[in-house]
Amino acid sequence: MNILFAFLIIATLSLILGLGLAFAAKKFAVETDERADEILAVLPGANCGACGFPGCSGYANALSAGTAENGLCPPGGVKVRELVASILGVASDGGGAGEKMVAFVHCRGNNELTKRDFVYEGIEDCNAAHLIHQGDVACKYGCLHLGSCIKVCPTQAISRDDLGNVVVDPELCIGCLKCTLVCPTQVIKMIPYRGSHAIACNSLDSGGVVRKICSVGCIGCKICERKYPESGCVVPNFLATIDYSREMAQIGEAAEACPTKCIVKAR
Amino acid sequence: MSYVAIFITYIFVNNFILTQFMGLCPFIGVSKNSESAIGMGMAVTFVMGIASIMTYLVYTFVLVPLNLVYLQTLTFILVIAALVQFVEMIIQKNSPALYQALGIYLPLITTNCAVLGIAILNITEGYNLMQSFCAGTAGGIGFTLALILMSNIRERMELQPVPKVFKGVPIAFISGGLMALAFMAFDKALLINLLG
Repeated sequence: MNILFAFLIIATLSLILGLGLAFAAKKFAVETDERADEILAVLPGANCGACGFPGCSGYANALSAGTAENGLCPPGGVKVRELVASILGVASDGGGAGEKMVAFVHCRGNNELTKRDFVYEGIEDCNAAHLIHQGDVACKYGCLHLGSCIKVCPTQAISRDDLGNVVVDPELCIGCLKCTLVCPTQVIKMIPYRGSHAIACNSLDSGGVVRKICSVGCIGCKICERKYPESGCVVPNFLATIDYSREMAQIGEAAEACPTKCIVKAR
Repeated sequence: MSYVAIFITYIFVNNFILTQFMGLCPFIGVSKNSESAIGMGMAVTFVMGIASIMTYLVYTFVLVPLNLVYLQTLTFILVIAALVQFVEMIIQKNSPALYQALGIYLPLITTNCAVLGIAILNITEGYNLMQSFCAGTAGGIGFTLALILMSNIRERMELQPVPKVFKGVPIAFISGGLMALAFMAFDKALLINLLG
């Protein structure tokens, strides 16, 4: 009899507490903005932080609260900007993230092709190596090959190819700019995703200097610009660049003609 | 027993972590940096204070009249768990800032033995409602004190050349033991000398 009584008391107490909690959960329910959840579902979910907010949920909350501008998400690009605009019920104004940009390592100088000033045996980090005479690579504009960008990439889009070069997979790249910020030599720059070719050199040194230290660098000979005016190549100084806003009809021929073959296929 | 004596007792003499060895889980788990130590300490202090009142009321007005005193441990766990849930809801609704600071620690406290400990101690010591509340709050402050001291020690230890086998939790337990030894200095005799 006693045990039944104890059981009943505890059961009643639990019931009262449970009902109380259920009631409190209704009464004190925090109204979250449903749009924030919807936006969060639309965002890429990489939590890369390129928008300047702590993760995708931070940006979704700021968007639904109206404190953040739409279109700050580079990985999402135009598509996400328009989806977010439709959730928020505002017009997509065309500002912010535009066409899809991907990172590209503008250097092909691996250990065999580029000279070294000294042997670096420090910790495996580009920024650490860069502190010592701007790195062991003789070319002070090129890739240090220690892979700091590989570590920061949220989508594992950056890897080393068989030649030891650091390459970005344009299909996996979400354009969050993290690698461009961590790279001490700024050899990683953004190019449009649609661009078929890119210049695999970042050196502003004159042709003679480049030739001495690297066999695949741009020597600024301007063959691409003069012989193939329709290639989109412009050589303002000792480094060729591609003007992606122009028609790049002759870029294939220009790549063939380049004496150091530093116009390469971007994908 | 005066309220001052209760405070000194539960902060120093009967410090929950360093003398009674209750709540060791957060003592090791949440003491890696002082910011989270303060957050956890505040949350525990808050819950211990309120839990003391609630369990006292439940004990005095439910268990004693019904002659079910032997069910106190079970009942207290139930009451504390429900209370923590309830407090979490209220904080989330009324003070988002406080929720951001304490929120992640509150569910951890639900089954913290320091909270259950103070509830049972209040009964065994025969405190009244006000004394129970003071003991609960003081216990929480003592808990916070130990947690903050420990987190500062651990923050400094991060920079010291600790032997590899002792790195992390082992050295934390050793320092905790040494701290407990130091807290032995606060004993009842000292308290009696101080307060007469």
